[in-house]
Amino acid sequence: MSKMHVTTTVNGDTVEFLADPRETLLDSLRDQLGLTGTKEGCGTGDCGACSVRLDGTLVCSCLVLGVEADGKRIDTIEGMSEDGALHPLQRKFIEHAALQCGFCTPGILIAAKALLEENSNPTEEEVRYWLAGNLCRCTGYDKIIRAVMDAAAELRQEAA
Amino acid sequence: MVAVHLWSSLTRFTDGAREVDIDAQTVGGVLDGLKSDYPGLEPILDAGVSVVIDGEIATGRHVEIPEGAEVVLMQRLKGG
Amino acid sequence: MAKDEFKEYRLVGTRPDRPDGLDKVTGRARYGADMSAPGMLWAAVVRSPHAHAKILKIDASKAEALDGVKAVVTRADFPTGLTGEEWNLQENTMAGEKALYDGHAVAAVAATSKLLAEEAARLIEVEYEVLPHVIDVDDAIKPDAPVIREGAANASVPEGMPPNVVQYLDFGRGDIEAGFAEADLVSEKTYKTEATHQGYIEPHACLGQLGEDGKGEMWVCTQGQWFIRKMCSDVLGLDTAQLRVTPSEIGGGFGGKTTIFMEPLSLALSRKAGGKPVKLVMSRSEVLRATGPTASASMDVKIGMKKDGTITAARAEFRMQGGAFPGSPVDMALYCCFAPYKLENVQHIGYDVLANRPKCAAYRAPGSPMGAFAVESLLDEMCRELGVDPMEMRLKNAVVEGDTASYGPKYGSIGLVETLEATKAHPNLKAELGPNQGRGMASGYWFNHNGETSVSLAISEDGTAQVSIGTPDIGGSRASIALMTAETLGIPYEDVRVNVVETGALGVNEPTHGSRATFASGKAAVIAAGQAIKEMCKRAANEWGIDPEAVEWADGAAQPAGPNAGKFPPMTIAEIAGKMGSTGGPISGHHESVPEGVGASFGCHVVDVEVDPETGHVKILRYLVVQDAGRAIHPSYVEGQYQGGAAQGIGWALNEAYIYDENGKLQNSVFLDYRVPVASDLPMIDTVIVEVPNPGHPYGVRGVGETGITPPLPAIANAIQAATGARLHDLPMSPPKVLAAIKAMG
Repeated sequence: MSKMHVTTTVNGDTVEFLADPRETLLDSLRDQLGLTGTKEGCGTGDCGACSVRLDGTLVCSCLVLGVEADGKRIDTIEGMSEDGALHPLQRKFIEHAALQCGFCTPGILIAAKALLEENSNPTEEEVRYWLAGNLCRCTGYDKIIRAVMDAAAELRQEAA
Repeated sequence: MVAVHLWSSLTRFTDGAREVDIDAQTVGGVLDGLKSDYPGLEPILDAGVSVVIDGEIATGRHVEIPEGAEVVLMQRLKGG
Repeated sequence: MAKDEFKEYRLVGTRPDRPDGLDKVTGRARYGADMSAPGMLWAAVVRSPHAHAKILKIDASKAEALDGVKAVVTRADFPTGLTGEEWNLQENTMAGEKALYDGHAVAAVAATSKLLAEEAARLIEVEYEVLPHVIDVDDAIKPDAPVIREGAANASVPEGMPPNVVQYLDFGRGDIEAGFAEADLVSEKTYKTEATHQGYIEPHACLGQLGEDGKGEMWVCTQGQWFIRKMCSDVLGLDTAQLRVTPSEIGGGFGGKTTIFMEPLSLALSRKAGGKPVKLVMSRSEVLRATGPTASASMDVKIGMKKDGTITAARAEFRMQGGAFPGSPVDMALYCCFAPYKLENVQHIGYDVLANRPKCAAYRAPGSPMGAFAVESLLDEMCRELGVDPMEMRLKNAVVEGDTASYGPKYGSIGLVETLEATKAHPNLKAELGPNQGRGMASGYWFNHNGETSVSLAISEDGTAQVSIGTPDIGGSRASIALMTAETLGIPYEDVRVNVVETGALGVNEPTHGSRATFASGKAAVIAAGQAIKEMCKRAANEWGIDPEAVEWADGAAQPAGPNAGKFPPMTIAEIAGKMGSTGGPISGHHESVPEGVGASFGCHVVDVEVDPETGHVKILRYLVVQDAGRAIHPSYVEGQYQGGAAQGIGWALNEAYIYDENGKLQNSVFLDYRVPVASDLPMIDTVIVEVPNPGHPYGVRGVGETGITPPLPAIANAIQAATGARLHDLPMSPPKVLAAIKAMG
């Protein structure tokens, strides 16, 4: 199958690649662009490990075709820290020991950032339901929820 | 002599004895002694067993068995 | 020993950032599928759609004709003549004469792209003759069940047993009948648990390369790089030392990544494709269909109890299937099931049974959760019947140091009573319960393990230290080992770097399994640090012109030991290290052993549930884990193990199960249908770390990883009965089953 030329913006940089029309955005990011921070856990949109933002919308990149990214803006885990400074969510995940194996962590961080942009003061229940599409098998979620709540509190303080 | 406690289904190979005396000073000696006295045990011992001395799983054939120690044979333990 | 009686440590017991944290929150950490190599091919695997079938013919000609397809392998490309577990591993990697379960690999292909490899795999034609199959363990043990493999039984199986029984176990002590005669109540019930998957989020992945000269390399997500090396070498007939295996970061394992599934295929394809590196990444569906779930179990338990709660006798007869190969953890299940209780009269019988399912792998405290489900459920039912408080029953029968364990040997230092007392004192036990709510409790046990261990430590030129370990870091063991090493050397935590190294860098290490990494690699690192300290004291003594025995190590520096040794200012590790080249060369430590002194870990869980009487849905309201850690080196990651174990146990109890159709095909091979607990299913999971130090470890460590998955299964069943009156004897306790049990009470 002949490949299609795709131009897109990833973490603020314009990039181009040739995508097989059958190829997922996840595979384009990982295999064409070398951005392996986004993970595949299921390939069916059930685990959230491949979460990225597509024009700001939180998506499972395994359910989006690479060619669909043409002309769009993509944000991945690799772009989460700015100018060498970790995002408060990233810092709080380390501080709260909110990761064990770390494989689900990039997807959860991307999803949690999208939550806090939409709702700066979520309840525990709101965090749990927002992250219900991001599987973690190691932690039982306890420390993840605490880290997100704590990061939200810090961001609110910064904003105040 | 070391008194070795076996699990019940091994008694088929030891003429019904649950506890057998083996002339040995080390774990390796116990295993070799069991095989030579009761050849039927050989495939089971070769498949892997744990030798427990006074509650502690022996870490190798070289481990010496103290006088009067409790020696228990178990299936080899593994973990996840 | 109470916590405040501990020697105060500078670092042990603190909660610093984990050394690999930054890499893991930025996406930089490299896992199994994240590595590529120049000239790399991609592989795909053809899998049997049948539960049990003779393989008549494999025709790869259409696949091979595709432009870009570089190699196809079948069983014909593997050496013959293997026996025992080596044969089992080879047969599981690639089917021979028969496909033994839905998802069993029958061929593999390597091509220049992932999509092309998948397309080629679809073009490989396999002709099957479908055979009768068997899935359920109670069906598989019947004398007339379809025979999965002739001659698979080992020497433990007496003549005349059904054909799929491959291991038989019978052990115990005392007079079981006399014990039952002493009891005021004797109960006997049957319990069943379904197979569940470890469910690590990272699918198996590897990048393998093997030349015509038999030299190879592999990058792989694994709990144990030496196990991968040995198993791949066995299956492919290679010299073990010629294969170099580098562990990637690992996205969860829980026992499921202690063995091989598809790794030899990448090597076999690479060799056939002229030594090009071959990347092989499983899909989730392949993970669920063809990698190690745990066993399913059918268990009869009989217990005798006096009115005051004293257990007089106990008998367990367990049947477990671990797939189409020997190796279900029926032995471990029996060893653990009565472990918390003092028993004079006890009998255990076990059958390991073959069925047409994937080869089971270890899963967190293998066997123990099933046994606990049966025994802890029945004990709870009996306590209800006799009006005995289940906590008092547990305390009355609790084993202490010096007691003979139900499975044979005497216990060393253990903390069961301390764990139960801490549970009793927790505020969760006083929380008020509303309508349709109930509380359940259960205990759990895991032995913990030592295993072959090799660690090297080297002091750098500036006085910082590097530790090379062979146990992959799944849940924070770099942090715990760095803490213990820095504590011992008297240097800052940040001055220690712990590296998980490849097989070429150390002697053989067993995997990170059996809750052993912080115990075994940690103990070896502390001993290695002690050797380096001894050497540094010698260097200082030479410099000062005094006897090395007159030098001691404190606060990260060599110091004269007392006034008679002479008056010299402390010589810091940085000063000694800076001069190492001119004072005798590199300063290092190295330790290898199967470390003695493993300490077992008991736990007790208490759960509050609310059951919806309309739907049968069980909601977890409160959850408490209390467990003996010996000594928590990094308490956050100990809590993490407790919470994670509980969450997996909750999934097993309520939801997770392998579901097969009448043809033996797995029906729920995606995460949508094999539903593990999500964030909104769970509450916060409260933890109490009990610390009864293990005298066998320099900092008192017991393993903590596994015990936590054991009590949730029965604790939740006990809570459901407390909430509804209905008792469930089969897992999972899914809404339809809970509803049916409630309705059955009328």
